[in-house]
Amino acid sequence: MNEYPTRLNDDAPMVRFSKVSKRYGELTVLDELDLDVSANEMVSIIGPSGSGKTTVLRLLMTLEDVSDGVIYVEGEPLTHMERDGQLVPANQAYLRRQRSKIGMCFQHFNLFPHMTALENCMEGPIQVLRLSKQEARERSLDLLDMVGLSDKRDQHPIRLSGGQQQRVAIARALAMRPKVMLLDEVTSALDPEVIGEVLNVIRKLNAEHNLTVLMVTHQMGFAKEISDRVCFVYNGKIAEAGPPSQIFDAPQNPRTKQFLSAVLQAN
Amino acid sequence: MTYAEFLNEHGARLIDGSIITVQQTILAALLAIAIALVMGLMRLSSNYVVRSSATVYIEIFRGTSLLVQLYWIFFVLPLFGITLEKFTAGFIAVGMNLGAYGAEVVRGAIQSVPKGQYEAALALNMSPFSRMRRIIFPQALILMLPPWGNLFIELLKATALVSLISVTDLMFQAKQINGTTYLSIEAFGSALVIYYIMSRLVITPGMRWLERALSRHMSRA
Repeated sequence: MNEYPTRLNDDAPMVRFSKVSKRYGELTVLDELDLDVSANEMVSIIGPSGSGKTTVLRLLMTLEDVSDGVIYVEGEPLTHMERDGQLVPANQAYLRRQRSKIGMCFQHFNLFPHMTALENCMEGPIQVLRLSKQEARERSLDLLDMVGLSDKRDQHPIRLSGGQQQRVAIARALAMRPKVMLLDEVTSALDPEVIGEVLNVIRKLNAEHNLTVLMVTHQMGFAKEISDRVCFVYNGKIAEAGPPSQIFDAPQNPRTKQFLSAVLQAN
Repeated sequence: MTYAEFLNEHGARLIDGSIITVQQTILAALLAIAIALVMGLMRLSSNYVVRSSATVYIEIFRGTSLLVQLYWIFFVLPLFGITLEKFTAGFIAVGMNLGAYGAEVVRGAIQSVPKGQYEAALALNMSPFSRMRRIIFPQALILMLPPWGNLFIELLKATALVSLISVTDLMFQAKQINGTTYLSIEAFGSALVIYYIMSRLVITPGMRWLERALSRHMSRA
């Protein structure tokens, strides 16, 4: 761990992956991946399945441990802390402070089935941020309004469509006021006719909130429209990254070309 | 002698015994639930020592005979200076035994809650304790109720063993009546029916009701 700085300079990006590897036994999912994401940037991660794109998000959410390398959030290591000038594995208190900067939405929504839409949104603010019930309720109602589900606030997830559940999940993540929002294939489990309503919420998110967004997606059209930058992940590395116009209209890497033409054919 | 005459003469003893059986069942069940929760959670601990001590407990109490455990608690522990009154020894032995089975039920139910629930709670930055208390356990509770229904029936029937250390439960009274009157069919037949009524008409519907009430409360589905 000696080669990694214990913290980055003040002009550090919001998120930095520094030579991050993730291995499961013999299988290398991420291979010394480097990635910088600036504050308020909207970055899409695309690539074939099994390329490791979801792992990028899962590592950043601390759902998995990195095997090698360091992730920095706001210039501070995510899962390491400094002791005597060295990086050591972070303790729970440090981990929770860093984790509070990050929010995530999942492919299968993962709403709490025993709580209403409103209770799902209020849970984090009350339990974690120690907001009063009243404050948590107001914040959650605002967000449910933002995602267009005020009228569904007292429904349990089982009574909501997939698109509605995903919008509640976005509101629930936003209620924690994260600085970085991770969207992991949030439309992949949805019926085609409700994908649009979720994408509209993400457009709003981008326009109205000061948020850094990392999005793993198969919606190429949407990625092209909304992203500041697109990263093509292949074999555990970022094979090509650039503005959407470059990646989609003039890809340099043959792997990117191959992937995009395969996706285009499927559509 | 008709059965009515039999009941007239010995009914009071059967009722007294039934009351003791109910008391033993309730106390043993409470103890079993407490042990199951503690041991079940310990089995899921990331700490090796905590995890293996729960495993050792469960293996010992599941892997040996309840009757031997009962005799140990009542006859052997006094040799180590721990003397328990027979009523206490009775429900402690049954509770500790069934608690070991319950621990596996608790562990299984917690592990059956979809992993995404745990991840969503972690993504909200909830503490390990809040994750368990607010998100995982309430969902596990619904999953574990049916197997608990089974265990409570097992537990009720297992309390009959406490008659062997002279706790005056239903089985003890039936044996006493048989011993003095030789009316074996009436004595043990009555005990059989009373145990059946307790399990089939009290525990089973009680658990069904609890399942329904809980799932209504949890999801209003």
